[in-house]
Amino acid sequence: MKELIARRAARLLKSGWVVNLGIGIPTLVSRYVDEGAVFLHSENGVLGVGPPPTPAQLDVNLIDAGKRPITVRPGAAYFDSAQSFAMIRGGHVDAAVLGALQVDGRGIIANWAIPGELVLGVGGAMDLLSGVRSVIVVMSHTTRDGEPKIVSELTLPKSSLRPADYIVTELATFRVRESVLTLEELMEGVSLDDLRSRTAAAFRT
Amino acid sequence: MIRVLSAEEAVAEVLFDGATLMVGGFGLVGKPLTLVRALNASAFKDLTVISNNLGEPGKGLGETLRLGKVRRAIGSYFTTNPDVAAAVIAGKLQVTLIPQGTMAEAMRAAGAGLGGFYTPTAAGTRLAEGKETRVLRGREYVLEEPLHADVALIRAHRADELGNLVYWKSARNFNPVMATAAKTVVAEVDEIVEVGALDPEIIVTPHLYVDRLVIAKERL
Repeated sequence: MKELIARRAARLLKSGWVVNLGIGIPTLVSRYVDEGAVFLHSENGVLGVGPPPTPAQLDVNLIDAGKRPITVRPGAAYFDSAQSFAMIRGGHVDAAVLGALQVDGRGIIANWAIPGELVLGVGGAMDLLSGVRSVIVVMSHTTRDGEPKIVSELTLPKSSLRPADYIVTELATFRVRESVLTLEELMEGVSLDDLRSRTAAAFRT
Repeated sequence: MIRVLSAEEAVAEVLFDGATLMVGGFGLVGKPLTLVRALNASAFKDLTVISNNLGEPGKGLGETLRLGKVRRAIGSYFTTNPDVAAAVIAGKLQVTLIPQGTMAEAMRAAGAGLGGFYTPTAAGTRLAEGKETRVLRGREYVLEEPLHADVALIRAHRADELGNLVYWKSARNFNPVMATAAKTVVAEVDEIVEVGALDPEIIVTPHLYVDRLVIAKERL
């Protein structure tokens, strides 16, 4: 399922884009992008992230924002955290692929806190949402308990006032246009009724 | 010429009880582990630690936390160290969570002499509660204050004898900006070279930000 979502999301990325991939399903997206087609940005200070290292290539001081060892491609650059986030807020990163806990009917995302639980991490998600040109949410369509994650009103704290541009799940891809979810594509073998029954927000078809 | 000290001497010289301390690194990468070990061996306490994370359980700043030296932590991502949650629940630690980019920019603002800055990050969210906001050109921004520190412990790759610094790959992260935001900066480095041996074009942290050097004994 994760691979299916990642493969679909990869098709939304345009050649030559600078793209930041979050942790989890977003990381898998890099597998489905043609080698060198996009420039991967990692907020800990790397532009031009390459594939995972072979044992001979491993440098423990070269990691991505998920703290996994990486390599860099020819033409890569290193920079500090302040500059990295200036790139993000300043609109120089074309797209971010992010996970989410919930998305509402206007495309607003909740991906950092759960009520009643101690919240000890926010990382760079809010910065990415505030500045990248295109936000692509990748997530399972429902929770582990089968509850819809696309809801009319968020029950979890929002991450930003800025909505997602695309939402990709294992059932469908939505585009957010003028604060309305629009069904872009159903995944193979999924019916519109099936999608509606597992989605708790209205959407245009 | 900048003074080169042992990690123990440097920590003893620059730290004090109740100090606000910046510590570089993203996780353990770019963390000045030799200095952190000396800090852990010292008697200093009641520290406010500004660092993206608080290490991992018992490792790096995670050990500092276990030793009860940290009163307050300011950072963006403490989720990977369960000791942080336990210390907060036990009332032993106060945590201030800041979006990672806001944290970096708050340090940059401090180092650049600014009184604060308006950022769109976190506008309309819980992390902006109680903060001044302002609508500029139709968009909501949050006023963030600069983040200063008494001391920064940072990690670089190579220094010259004046204290000019160059870094190593993704171990750069928060280190250069922390070097600008603290009154006293101690840099832990792999190697110290002669003045003139570093090409001026590649120096990331000019020496005016750096006060003491320590040679790294602990590595990842």
